[in-house]
Amino acid sequence: MNCNSILRVTTLAAITVALLAGCERPPVDEKQTGYRGTGMVQIDNPRTKAALQARNVPPATTPAVAGDAPLAKDVYQNVQVLTDLNVNEFIHQMTAQANWIAPKEQCVYCHNPENFASDEKYTKVVARRMIQMTRDININYKQHVADTGVTCYTCHRGKAIPDYVWFVNPGTPAKGLTPGDSGQNRPARNVNLTSLPYDPYSVYLLNDNVARVIGNTALPTGNTADIKQAEDVYAMMVHTSQALGVNCTYCHNSRSFKEWPSSNPQRVVAWYSIRMTKNMNQQYMVPLTEAFPDNRLGPTGDVAKINCTTCHQGQPKPLNGVSMLPNHPELARIKPPPPPPVVDPAADPAAAAAAAEADIAAAGAARDAAAAAAMGTGGA
Amino acid sequence: MAEYQNLFTRVQVSAPVYPGVPLPSGMYQRQGKASLNYWLGLIGDTQVGPFYLGWLGLASLLCGFIAIEIIGLNMWASVNWDPIQFVRQLPWLALEPPAAKYGLGIPPLQEGGWWLMAGFFLTASILLWWLRMYRRARALGLGTHTAWAFAAAIWLYLVLGFIRPVLMGSWAEAVPFGIFPHLDWTAAFSIRYGNLFYNPFHALSIAFLYGSVLLFAMHAGTVLSTTRFGGDREVEQYMDRGTAVERMALFWRWTMGFNATIESIHRWAWWFAVLCPLVGGIGILLTGTVVDNWYLWAVQHGVAPAYPPTVPAVVDPATLTGAP
Repeated sequence: MNCNSILRVTTLAAITVALLAGCERPPVDEKQTGYRGTGMVQIDNPRTKAALQARNVPPATTPAVAGDAPLAKDVYQNVQVLTDLNVNEFIHQMTAQANWIAPKEQCVYCHNPENFASDEKYTKVVARRMIQMTRDININYKQHVADTGVTCYTCHRGKAIPDYVWFVNPGTPAKGLTPGDSGQNRPARNVNLTSLPYDPYSVYLLNDNVARVIGNTALPTGNTADIKQAEDVYAMMVHTSQALGVNCTYCHNSRSFKEWPSSNPQRVVAWYSIRMTKNMNQQYMVPLTEAFPDNRLGPTGDVAKINCTTCHQGQPKPLNGVSMLPNHPELARIKPPPPPPVVDPAADPAAAAAAAEADIAAAGAARDAAAAAAMGTGGA
Repeated sequence: MAEYQNLFTRVQVSAPVYPGVPLPSGMYQRQGKASLNYWLGLIGDTQVGPFYLGWLGLASLLCGFIAIEIIGLNMWASVNWDPIQFVRQLPWLALEPPAAKYGLGIPPLQEGGWWLMAGFFLTASILLWWLRMYRRARALGLGTHTAWAFAAAIWLYLVLGFIRPVLMGSWAEAVPFGIFPHLDWTAAFSIRYGNLFYNPFHALSIAFLYGSVLLFAMHAGTVLSTTRFGGDREVEQYMDRGTAVERMALFWRWTMGFNATIESIHRWAWWFAVLCPLVGGIGILLTGTVVDNWYLWAVQHGVAPAYPPTVPAVVDPATLTGAP
């Protein structure tokens, strides 16, 4: 072999390596999920999947506690939300929470060690609201979380601030005569390095927009959605796909993204998730903005918010689909609606919180019925 | 000749510098002196020039320069004038058309006005270049086939960026300027209009696109494989078939029962190439103006088959009472 051929072989090899550099190593698992020939296939990389599964094993927790004990609210001061727990359950929940969220600092991350009842640390105010949020999800959004439910750990994973939260991305705004970046056209990882809008979360997970742009009729009958809106939807769907580590066809059929009857049942679950996530951001995260110190806020002074990745972290079902609720029923307990408050809720925070929980339980019943109808038989 | 039968040109086609055929007197004469270039000789003729610029060429280049400047400076501004980021992010950067709220009006510069201006100059540049092609072909006594083939591509460009947006009543319907952004726009366009896969003109366009590629490979392969018999001297062989043509014709009759002639193959190629953007442009023009959801259109017209369900049918949850 002379110098020339060595050079050629080396060049060819280098080109081949360069061309394949972005590819995953085969083999991948392909699972047919629809009628043959329609491209309904779920593709998984078994190595990526195994690594994700290993990384997402839920921690061991202590079993649920039972037994008669006085209610925590009667023993401790300033118990506003977990008013239905007895002392044992209350301590069980508080301990678990400390391990899930502040394993190093433990109780003092939220509490003043001199006075546990004090609300002086903002983290305690936030935690109280987060407990309400978790219960709301577990009780009222079963269409999305089923009986698996969520706990603090689903998002927090041992960290005070979950790894995957989002802030409004102001991008490069228009300045003078220049248009800025129009909220898109950047190598953004959250939309898989496409040039799609990099902040679809603000559109669908914070504000009241519906991700529907495709017309209901063959011929134009007043569908005014434009292509920029289609790009927003596309960006949101790319995020969902990445957050869950699945293809488009995990939920959608391959021929029409819009058609429901031929979609997979997972699409219904995802549909509820978009509403759930938006409601959580609107009802729980945004109202907490004032509670957080400035250094916890985003570039536009907004609070950290949740999206699909916050819980899913690359898996179709967070934490390998394992439920942590059997050991922590405190987070999914449906309280009987309390009698209507006799005092002005604005003046009494405890009563306001109780009233809010009652509302949550009532709204949930209607949604449960809707979900059961949507899933059809065996759809879950 | 012995070396001239390969996939790669291994013989330099080199001759004394030649100014070209005589031009009629009174016509703008050629620019500059011709020269020879070894590297160009590897892929084509070694001779570079003489050029013919002329007023049309000059005006076209000027308009094109203005358009590229507007697009490039807007992209650069979008990364805060950082030269490194401009280079790194260039494939992602774009100049976006105005928002839908401006309709067909003239928006402020920073909200799509630059896009409108860049589009104007780019279109002017392309149309001037088309005119130049047409007139140069005429000046040399050629047919105008190349100009009309280019016109087919301009048709698709105008449908995407001008004719369809005008019919839809909004510049927002047009394509952004940018490498990845125009590709993502294309995908979003297909999604918005219910899957362009079911647009029959899109399907035809793809057939002509792939057909062009196939014809190109067949023709080039045929000619290259017969160069040892003089098969590359196609023009002479229009009139006087030599052994090369007999062999290439027989090759195709053996392998597929029929052969094009050395002249008709170029008509095949020209029509396939021209029809690709021509029918594609029709497909784009009908999208949104006449058809809103191509999948439903295809279902109505028996184009999209029905498949047996493999999962229990689900219901749109938004249609249920009590939906959040």
